[in-house]
Amino acid sequence: MLSQQVTTLIDKELKKYPADQRQSAVMAALRFVQDEKGLITPEDMSDVAAYLGMQQMAVYEVATFYHMYNLKPMGKHTLTVCTNLSCTLCGSGDTVAYLEKKLGIKMGEVTADGKFGLREGECMGACIDAPLLTLNNKKMCGKLTTAKIDKILADLEGGKA
Amino acid sequence: MINIEIDGKHIETENGSTVIEAAHKAGIAIPHFCYHKKLSIAANCRMCLVQVEKAPKPLPACATPVTEGMKVFTHSDQAVKAQKGVMEFLLINHPLDCPICDQGGECMLQDISVGYGAGHSRYQEEKRMVLSKDIGPLVSAEEMSRCINCTRCVRFGQEIGGKMELGQAFRTEHAEIVSFLSSTVDSELSGNMIDLCPVGALTSKPFRYKARSWELSRRRSISAHDSLGSNLAVHTKNNQVLRVLPIENEAINECWLSDKDRFAYEGLNTSDRLTKPMIKQDGKWQEVEWQVALEYAANGLRHIANGAGAEQVGGLATGGSTLEEMYLLQKLMRGMGSDNVDFRLRQSDFSADGKQQGTPWLGLSVADISRADRLLIVGSFLRKDHPVLAARIRQAVKKGLNVSLIHSADDDQLMHIAHKTIVAPDALVNTLSQVAQAVDAKQSDGIAGSLLSGERVAVLLGNFAQQHPQASQLQTLAQQIAVSTKGKFGFIGDAANSVGGYIAQATPGAKGMNAASMMASPRKAYVLLNVEAELDCANPQQAMAALQSADTVIVLSAYKNKALDYADVLLPIAPFTETSGTFISTEGRVQSFKGVVKPLGEARPAWKVLRVLGNLLKLDGFDFDTSESVRDEALEGVDVSAKLSNAITGVEVKAEVSAAGMQRVSDVPIYATDAVVRRSVPLQATADAAIPKVWMHSEELNNIGVKSGMNVKVNQGSGSVKLACCADDKLPKGVVRIAAGHPATSALGAMFGTITVERA
Repeated sequence: MLSQQVTTLIDKELKKYPADQRQSAVMAALRFVQDEKGLITPEDMSDVAAYLGMQQMAVYEVATFYHMYNLKPMGKHTLTVCTNLSCTLCGSGDTVAYLEKKLGIKMGEVTADGKFGLREGECMGACIDAPLLTLNNKKMCGKLTTAKIDKILADLEGGKA
Repeated sequence: MINIEIDGKHIETENGSTVIEAAHKAGIAIPHFCYHKKLSIAANCRMCLVQVEKAPKPLPACATPVTEGMKVFTHSDQAVKAQKGVMEFLLINHPLDCPICDQGGECMLQDISVGYGAGHSRYQEEKRMVLSKDIGPLVSAEEMSRCINCTRCVRFGQEIGGKMELGQAFRTEHAEIVSFLSSTVDSELSGNMIDLCPVGALTSKPFRYKARSWELSRRRSISAHDSLGSNLAVHTKNNQVLRVLPIENEAINECWLSDKDRFAYEGLNTSDRLTKPMIKQDGKWQEVEWQVALEYAANGLRHIANGAGAEQVGGLATGGSTLEEMYLLQKLMRGMGSDNVDFRLRQSDFSADGKQQGTPWLGLSVADISRADRLLIVGSFLRKDHPVLAARIRQAVKKGLNVSLIHSADDDQLMHIAHKTIVAPDALVNTLSQVAQAVDAKQSDGIAGSLLSGERVAVLLGNFAQQHPQASQLQTLAQQIAVSTKGKFGFIGDAANSVGGYIAQATPGAKGMNAASMMASPRKAYVLLNVEAELDCANPQQAMAALQSADTVIVLSAYKNKALDYADVLLPIAPFTETSGTFISTEGRVQSFKGVVKPLGEARPAWKVLRVLGNLLKLDGFDFDTSESVRDEALEGVDVSAKLSNAITGVEVKAEVSAAGMQRVSDVPIYATDAVVRRSVPLQATADAAIPKVWMHSEELNNIGVKSGMNVKVNQGSGSVKLACCADDKLPKGVVRIAAGHPATSALGAMFGTITVERA
């Protein structure tokens, strides 16, 4: 079941669209679920589908298409590193290698303490700052160097993110 | 109309059409995969790229609307270069396993790659691999690496089937066709995805590795499993039916086929096929020669007719029997002097006989349903009873058809139902009567308001309404509503030949007994044609009692069935694939077909068996050489279209006082409708063929102190069965829904009436 908070947010979102096009709110609805739970389970997708009057398969398509949606627990802080062309040319391969080594996990994994999750992302439309990553899909950190990565991680460890 | 030019050819086409439609109309082929005339435009395969004058880049022909004066080049250097480029990309990840692919020889990718593919691949890297999926017993998704992600199957589910069971998950090179949570695809139309798949990703599971497509002989036939009369292409090899595909007929089945029609053939050659005549002597069955069995049967009939009287003989056929078979059965009965013949085995109200002027039929053509703007459906499990017709109605709803439903169960029809009233069976007449009154009172809302606001109104009575104990009153009310709304009304026939049975005169005359009275007051002798009495009759308890008490029961059947218990002679007859015959569809379309394979073993077409029985009984007019001559005699001087009429007079409509206790609501499950379907292993493995449950409103379950999932004991008449119960809060209170036509419920009584349920 969707929580009261989530349905309130979805209702607010629905006001932006014509009444007969409720499915327009699907991306926002999934985001609200993920903000609340940290991930989106198939049950959540069915609930969103029922709430918006969509086919559950259509919600599943959306949830699997975008890299911002977590289909499994991705830790307290999810680091999404862009690996598309511009970032790769600017050294995102090194960024990924450094993060993997430092956190002791591979792409798509979560540290044993559940603090950090690392995943691959698609172009975030800010190639000028390549290579870059996003924190929990909310904050973008660009022009990454090892020193900058160290600082980001230290801030997160210290609770300053 | 606007004028365009394709490859230098002047074409006049409708405004709003696309380049590919205009090209196809003019007979110009444009290669394509994702485009399908019955589905929405996806434009994702890019194979149909063409050059358009003044456009800087090639454009997809399927998604480019025509404009006045447009010049299109489908074979110019630019177009061919683009098409070849797309082809190369499509083949990069394709496994190229054509030698072991079931689609080989009838594959769009294979065909088009002959024209546009290169002789060798420049791609040396590893190909992507997509894992196989299990999406049920009918459609095989074993080799999803072959998929080119055209999404035809996805769009079919969304648009035609009404439920999006497959979807394209993930993105880019990870994109794949999946079902939600790896569930099965349960649509009753799922087999069409096999036809739509342009490659070998979705193939037929039962047909898998059975034959190469070029080894098969293709023969035309007509569907025997529902009343639509779908056109079939039956593919055979070595005198065996190996698969069934649709033949496109826009006026009937369009290009679709229900899974029932497509996969029923798997039930043709089962181990319980009756392949030799058998007679029972001293309680033991023995196989005998045809001559012996036929004389035994003829003697049995002669003995009863001469002794107890011809009126002690009754003939019963199923509505799936051919026109020729039913004609000869009634001729045999009437030749012996009996008027007892019927094919309406699941009907319980025969009071319309003598009061209706003609042969009940759909009331309008199937194609006219697409043009209707208001439709009232009374008593129908529409989607399961008539899958392809339901798909047609679903399309019409999208174009503005307003559908209302009056029924005793509220199954999801996967289409928008504007108004519905779900009531217990004994309130059905009253409910329809109120609608009729509201229509006369020009009420502006509800079902009446919907019907009154339409210009092309139709009222259709489904199987449930035809089987209802007050069917003639429902018919009268439907007529009243149709007259008041200047619309049409009719019946969606419940069997392949439900119109043909009337035309063949396989109904009792004024003196004769109908199917119900032949069971209620048992006869001494019965001739059964295709009948599995415990599954095909309105009241299996009564039917079995009548047959067991009879002196002689002569069974013409393709299978050794329960008739072994009560029959005296079993005559092996050919199912519809092994005999020529005629079905008259629910819209009155006369369609003859030929046998596609030879009869199995010593089985013979039933019309021949009945002819010889007539000869042995020395009856006049049984000298037929061909089934065509039987048909010609049956239809001689008969203008079928003139005979079709649903008009009824002289039936009094009276609201029945509701009976005490729980009432039974019965559907005949989609894969329990006839003997062939019941034996098709793949169909019986689908979700629709699950063991029937006892469905009740959750409050009714509480009343008897059981919970959903627990076993309950159901009592009706002299029998009882134990089944799992399940809550369905969309059912009206006071009803118990239990399927009929299924072995698990055949110990029960009539399809309607009171029934008790208790804790097991």
